[in-house]
Amino acid sequence: MVAGTAQPAVRSARGRRASPVLWLLAGAAVLPSLIPIGLLVWTTITAGADAGGIPVSRLGELAASTAVLVVGVTVGAGVIGMGTAWITTRTNLPRRKLWATLVSVPLVIPSYVGALSLLGAGGNQGALSQVLTAIGLPALPQIRGGWAAWAALTLWNYPFVHLLVTSVLTRMDPALEEAARGLGASRRRAFFTIVVPQARPALTSSMLLVALYTLSDFGAVSLLGYETFTRAIYTQFRGRIDITPALFLSGVLMVLALVLVAAERRGRGAKVLRTERPARSPRIVTLSLRQRIAARVFMGTVVAGALALPAGVLAWWAARGITDNLGSISVGAETANAVTAAAIAAIVTVVAAIPVGVLTVRHPGRASGLLESVTWSTYSLPHLAVGLGFLVFALRVAPFAYQSLPLLVTAYLAMFLPQALGAVQSALRRVGSHLEEASRSLGHRPWVGFRRVVLPVIAPGMLTGGALVFLTTMKELPATLMLRPTGFETLAVRIWSTASEGLYTRASVASLVLLTISAAPVYILVTRDLE
Amino acid sequence: MKRSLALTAALALMLVACGTATPADEDTTTPIGEDANRSLTLYSGRSEDLVAPLVERFESETGIDVEVRYAGSGELATVLAQEGESTPADVFWSQDPAFAGAVALAGLFEPLPAEILDLVDARYSDGEGRWVGVTARNRVFVYNPTLVDALPADIWALTDPEWKGRIGVAPTNGSFVAFVSAMLATEGRERTLAWLEGVAANEPQIFDGNSPIVAAVDGGDVDAGLVNHYYLLRLAAEQNGATAINHSFESGDPGALVMPSGAGLIAGADNRDEALEFIGFLLAEESQRYFLDEVFEYPLVDGIGTPEGQLPLTDLPTLDLDPTALAEVVDDATSLIAEAGLT
Repeated sequence: MVAGTAQPAVRSARGRRASPVLWLLAGAAVLPSLIPIGLLVWTTITAGADAGGIPVSRLGELAASTAVLVVGVTVGAGVIGMGTAWITTRTNLPRRKLWATLVSVPLVIPSYVGALSLLGAGGNQGALSQVLTAIGLPALPQIRGGWAAWAALTLWNYPFVHLLVTSVLTRMDPALEEAARGLGASRRRAFFTIVVPQARPALTSSMLLVALYTLSDFGAVSLLGYETFTRAIYTQFRGRIDITPALFLSGVLMVLALVLVAAERRGRGAKVLRTERPARSPRIVTLSLRQRIAARVFMGTVVAGALALPAGVLAWWAARGITDNLGSISVGAETANAVTAAAIAAIVTVVAAIPVGVLTVRHPGRASGLLESVTWSTYSLPHLAVGLGFLVFALRVAPFAYQSLPLLVTAYLAMFLPQALGAVQSALRRVGSHLEEASRSLGHRPWVGFRRVVLPVIAPGMLTGGALVFLTTMKELPATLMLRPTGFETLAVRIWSTASEGLYTRASVASLVLLTISAAPVYILVTRDLE
Repeated sequence: MKRSLALTAALALMLVACGTATPADEDTTTPIGEDANRSLTLYSGRSEDLVAPLVERFESETGIDVEVRYAGSGELATVLAQEGESTPADVFWSQDPAFAGAVALAGLFEPLPAEILDLVDARYSDGEGRWVGVTARNRVFVYNPTLVDALPADIWALTDPEWKGRIGVAPTNGSFVAFVSAMLATEGRERTLAWLEGVAANEPQIFDGNSPIVAAVDGGDVDAGLVNHYYLLRLAAEQNGATAINHSFESGDPGALVMPSGAGLIAGADNRDEALEFIGFLLAEESQRYFLDEVFEYPLVDGIGTPEGQLPLTDLPTLDLDPTALAEVVDDATSLIAEAGLT
């Protein structure tokens, strides 16, 4: 899922050149990714520095408040995710499998739904406060502002770290660690000199992902009232007729995102020393009684905050809406729209990923590498910026597609192509090119060989990639808000519009439906071992 | 040779794709015949829970199918400005006069016919008849009497350290932007920026909309807030009574702005007749009564009434300000809000 760390199982057929058709297909698949980048670069250059609608000094303050949040969330999610991953893979904590599942499930909760649950928990009207006052305790204050934003983004982003680090920890060759211990290193020393460096690529990749999500988060910081760059962009977009300041600020935010990606490349560290299938399972640490209690408290706190709290609060509000019969709470149309858009986006994106995957895996080179990095750059862009880019693009270049489902799906394709690409690539790498060559030597045309030999083998990868795209499309908010066809309200749009109006019952019903539908793709992902 | 053939084939394919796309595109833009289903696209800066019941009634009464795009008034005004002539919208209904006015200034509205404009007192509509006022609301200081002993004398008093951490505001909301525009238009840049910075220094609680502010004030989570009057009346109707109280500043205070919500006909609208029918429908007695009874706003058509417990519209303290003056400064107002760090 995060920048390819897997190595080709078999070297590709270097000698054979990619066919122009393959290039054309791959180029067409990547084309939408260029739209927002091109547009933002163009407006940022032509607009000039005073086009932000706000003084440059304020830009600095905004960057600082955003940076504080990004660093805080990334560190928080890194510590929690590393902790849960280590405890569930390397200790003898009872019911490790159950804990591992419980700490992974919050992956389905978008941070804006998490923010909604924090809003619905605190304050005198909040679910948690009502429970507390019922047993004679004082009510909670409102859960809003910077700390709340930090908590929301940390609690609902750490599963990325947990899953990626888990997959490395379970595959790490235990021999190195044992050798270190055999040479007299303490357990602590072996952990920091052997385990941490090996987990570092996974840790930094997943923390990059968390950092990018925080940088581009729009829903959670808006609902909780914390000022970041995305919030400023939205304020400028909403508060004035002139669109240039919003585009200019999006351009600046894009640069910040790309700087983060570049920094991660440097910080990724040594290549992973891992075997595809370790000979033995890694050493398990036996916890003392005190350590076991500490581990349980830690895991319990994480699960309580990230899973039990939102589930309980949303259910409480939804139940209140149903018993009080507060107007219409049905979200049937929104559900149908969300599933339709996500399903189409998943299929289109997976199909588009195939030529790009074949090109980059079978014909690695500078040009195909460039194609791939274009998709990653767009993937790292804040969705608010992508949405604005596509909006302006459609109006100026393709007015016939404006506010149409195809345009929305094209934007999803641009934003989420790497998710499908990563899955298709790793599936292709496992096959190796020898099967295709064998098929070709039997006289089959390349297309036939692809269909009969490659497609069946990469099908599971396509399913994984499709599930991932489906999941992220379902919860995507800012671009959907801007690009959706008129009248085409999705669950994410409904949650946002009702939550920002303070209509928690409707927002909670829509959120619960969203979470329930998300459970299916997540089940596919988790059982297929997130790559 | 083989390669160039493949390229040619691909090019041909693309041409075919473009070729087939064009007639389909023309199809959808050709005027629809009289016998076809009548429809209308509304850009609504007003929230769905207020608008949807009206739209449903309009649809069932007229048989006209209404597509509604809901978003913030400012967002829709920006989008309309970008869309220009290619906009699919027929009607824009803004939550506040600033953004209705901004769309008018951009030349995107077609002046309304006199029989619509005449239904409403001219001071609540655009001076050149480009949009008509539908309802009016006034800006108030909503407070919780158990938490607030002494009311602020005027809007300027809110920068006093006494109010540190006690006020809720929704700075990205159209109504707040309109209020700041009014302050800017009457008091000038320096004083407005100083006020915004003073409020920001008082660390207000930032919300995204008015309803959550009123709910928080009523529930005792925030002491007071700057909102429009009707949110409290709606809350009180919903939960049979409320603790919070609306307080109006005195006449001439920018915090006492009376704001019409305005609707206009988009110039060159594909569904012009339906659009005018819809705007007329908003001003019909039944709709105006709906705003009064369900939304608790001031109907702008004469003789419908006054929201319960509110002063009559003509007695409300307000600013003497042409609504179009707001539109002229709305972009600057947003710049100042951002400059003060209130987002």
